[in-house]
Amino acid sequence: MQQSASAHVSNHDHGHVDQEGLKILGFWIFLVTDCLLFATLFAAYAVLHTHTNGGFTGKEFDKPGFIIETFILLISSFTSGIAVLFMHKGNKKALLGWLIVTAALGAVFVGLEINEFTNMVHEGATISTSAFLTSFFTLVGTHGLHVTVGIFWMIGLMIQLSRKGITNVTKRKISVISLYWHFLDAVWIFILTVVYLMGVM
Amino acid sequence: MDTSHFFVTGDPMIYGADVSIVLAVVAIVFCLTYFKKWGWIWREWITTVDHKKIGIMYLLAALLMLFRGGVDALLMRAQLAVPNAHFLESEHYNEIFTTHGTIMILFMAMPFMFALFNMVVPLQIGARDVAFPALNAISFWLFFIGAMLFNLSFVIGGSPNAGWLSYPPLSESAFSPGPGQNYWIWGIQISGIGSLATGINFVVTILKMRTPSMRLRDMPLFTWSTLASSIAILGAFPILTVTLAMLTIDRLLGGHFFTSTAGGNPMMYVNLIWMWGHPEVYIVVLPAFGVFSEVVATFSKKRIFGYSSMVFSMIAISVVSYYTWVHHFFTMGAGADVNIVFAICTMIIAIPTGVKVFNWLFTMFRGRVRITQPMLWFYAFVPCFLVGGATGVMLAAAPADYQYHNSYFLIAHFHQVLIGGVVFGYLAGMYYWFPKIFGFKLNDRLGKWGFWLWQIGFYVCFMPQYALGFMGMTRRIYTYNASAGWDMGWAPLNMVSTVGAFLMGIGFIFQVWQIVYSIKHGERDVTGDAWDGRTLEWSIPSPAPVYNFAILPEVKGRDAWWYQKQEMKNGDYQEKPVKYEPIHMPKNTGVPFIMACFFFIAGFGFTFEWMWMGVAGLIGVVVTLFVRSFQYDTDYYIPVEEIERTENEYRNRVLSAQQTAN
Repeated sequence: MQQSASAHVSNHDHGHVDQEGLKILGFWIFLVTDCLLFATLFAAYAVLHTHTNGGFTGKEFDKPGFIIETFILLISSFTSGIAVLFMHKGNKKALLGWLIVTAALGAVFVGLEINEFTNMVHEGATISTSAFLTSFFTLVGTHGLHVTVGIFWMIGLMIQLSRKGITNVTKRKISVISLYWHFLDAVWIFILTVVYLMGVM
Repeated sequence: MDTSHFFVTGDPMIYGADVSIVLAVVAIVFCLTYFKKWGWIWREWITTVDHKKIGIMYLLAALLMLFRGGVDALLMRAQLAVPNAHFLESEHYNEIFTTHGTIMILFMAMPFMFALFNMVVPLQIGARDVAFPALNAISFWLFFIGAMLFNLSFVIGGSPNAGWLSYPPLSESAFSPGPGQNYWIWGIQISGIGSLATGINFVVTILKMRTPSMRLRDMPLFTWSTLASSIAILGAFPILTVTLAMLTIDRLLGGHFFTSTAGGNPMMYVNLIWMWGHPEVYIVVLPAFGVFSEVVATFSKKRIFGYSSMVFSMIAISVVSYYTWVHHFFTMGAGADVNIVFAICTMIIAIPTGVKVFNWLFTMFRGRVRITQPMLWFYAFVPCFLVGGATGVMLAAAPADYQYHNSYFLIAHFHQVLIGGVVFGYLAGMYYWFPKIFGFKLNDRLGKWGFWLWQIGFYVCFMPQYALGFMGMTRRIYTYNASAGWDMGWAPLNMVSTVGAFLMGIGFIFQVWQIVYSIKHGERDVTGDAWDGRTLEWSIPSPAPVYNFAILPEVKGRDAWWYQKQEMKNGDYQEKPVKYEPIHMPKNTGVPFIMACFFFIAGFGFTFEWMWMGVAGLIGVVVTLFVRSFQYDTDYYIPVEEIERTENEYRNRVLSAQQTAN
């Protein structure tokens, strides 16, 4: 005989572990490992950034491009923060609205990055031109891939949110993705500094 | 799409493998259909999220891989037994030493370790499952699918042959074109993601799922070793993931991370891979230390000597293990100052390890020692690991390493610590916890045959290799000529070494026989406390019920079960009135298996550089994750009546066993 968990009220859980809290801790630890993943990519970039093979160098990065990208991503981090504030107020509509703004800004960021990459490729600066560009495309591209995954994830959560409303479970899910989104923002700050600013310097 | 080289052809051994693989698959499918077991295997095993069953599957897979890796080893030893042998071609030999190393570390030691984690840790800390049961199943299936993908290389596409760590530029597409090297990358990449998830899972489980009265300093030492090892996984495996991804980018997209052209830096790969690789060997050996801590305390009937120093030394090992990686390539030319730092760090690791060995010896001192199978493996471990550690310190001396490196001296050293430490430790753990998981002990007589064959075989195999190293025999050579063989004295020692390897192989056959024999004839464990144990896992029935603990146990300190038994004997123990409550449990799910299948499709596609297939597989992975995110009905409650029924059955079984005993 199995009974569905939903048949029980949540305060029935004597001595049971707080499932949502566990998942948030697990996600923090995942972020630690993701941090190390980026750290390794940064290390590779640091080793290879002078190995330009006589081709494209960091001085040629598209300055207005990466500055706009930075502002858009920073604003999206801010809007995801606003979304979480509305979640804690229990305002589902505003929460959904700000999530849509966040995901849209994320999409614009990814679009700009793809545009930047295509322009570089058209100028002949491809992933196989030099070790510097291999590490550049890999580092920045991995970040872009993270943002892309985050956008799809966020869309999934918005659908769940509109169906289920703000519950303990959806609250935890939104908290987790906002952690992820802020984390990607922090990584971008390092990319901006180490790759772009130090590149054009 | 070029499929002309799809199947490996030309070697009778490969055809033999083809036939046996097809026969095995047909036999499995036939048996499942004939006995109508498809539903059973789907419901009970493939979709399970129960940590005990996942542990059993890890164990089976590990033993299977021990067989495959062992066969590789025997083939190599057969080739090297005499000078100028033509048993294996050079190419085939390269493939076999590559797969032997990769399989033994990543597809034998790792799953064996995860088997022990899964079988033991939740039971030791009084938990009903791990923190993320579905993620645990995902980890298992990713490991399994990765291992299968890797093993497929043998018959489809060709095996990797660039060494177990595949150093570039040799492993770049210019020098190792074709699917073999890609198999290596994707097999490890997929199973490595699973290992990383297991690391996260067990850190959270140990920190958050302990029964509320168990403090960190009350935890059994095996649980501590799991925590230390899992933390090391968190630090090391992301580096592996990135390193493999970089090699993939070089090979599939024409990148230049590690090429010798266009500014690439092959030595960066060697650094990165050992930044993962060195912590990795401590990741696998720490749980073995944990096993011995449990085994020695139980069979000496004493609490472990120096508990705090045991914990400190494990944490110290897992931290210092990050600062030793350069000792794998002192000859890189980093300079004396860099080499000295890494040489000293490497030597420092011997200190906490020595502390642990002394603690085990002092635990036995004045204890009532029972010589059981787990204890035998501990006795074997001490001298073996001691010699292995001492030769390790020899290798750690950077200037001397210029002489030893790349020779058979090194081969003998790392086999001595990996077999003497890891394999002996895991086997001790398997014998120790076997009755807990399966409900019966493994036969003693056959076990002793296996044990002595392993011991004798080990020393006969590897002691000559130290000498061979000093005589100048380098690793990775597939043959040597008659003048090296007879004038320089390589041949007799190689022959002896081969004999030893085969003795270990026979030892393994005895162990398989032992398991098969014991399924029917092994001593049944009716009490749940097969060895008069000290920790919580022995306080519940064997095999444990699906919910593990009907009531979360109350812990008053270390060795909780031992002190509860003392209180029961003295009559001080007050049994509280039992009031069961519904138990919250995770539901089975097919998502992990399906996701792993998509990973297989992705891995296979990228292996053959069929991008459409690889991308399709990855999209499948994302879709399954998405589907899982939409599942809200993922758990259920076990009702009180069912718990009462199970617990009463167990109580009656123990009572009737006691009556027959009296």
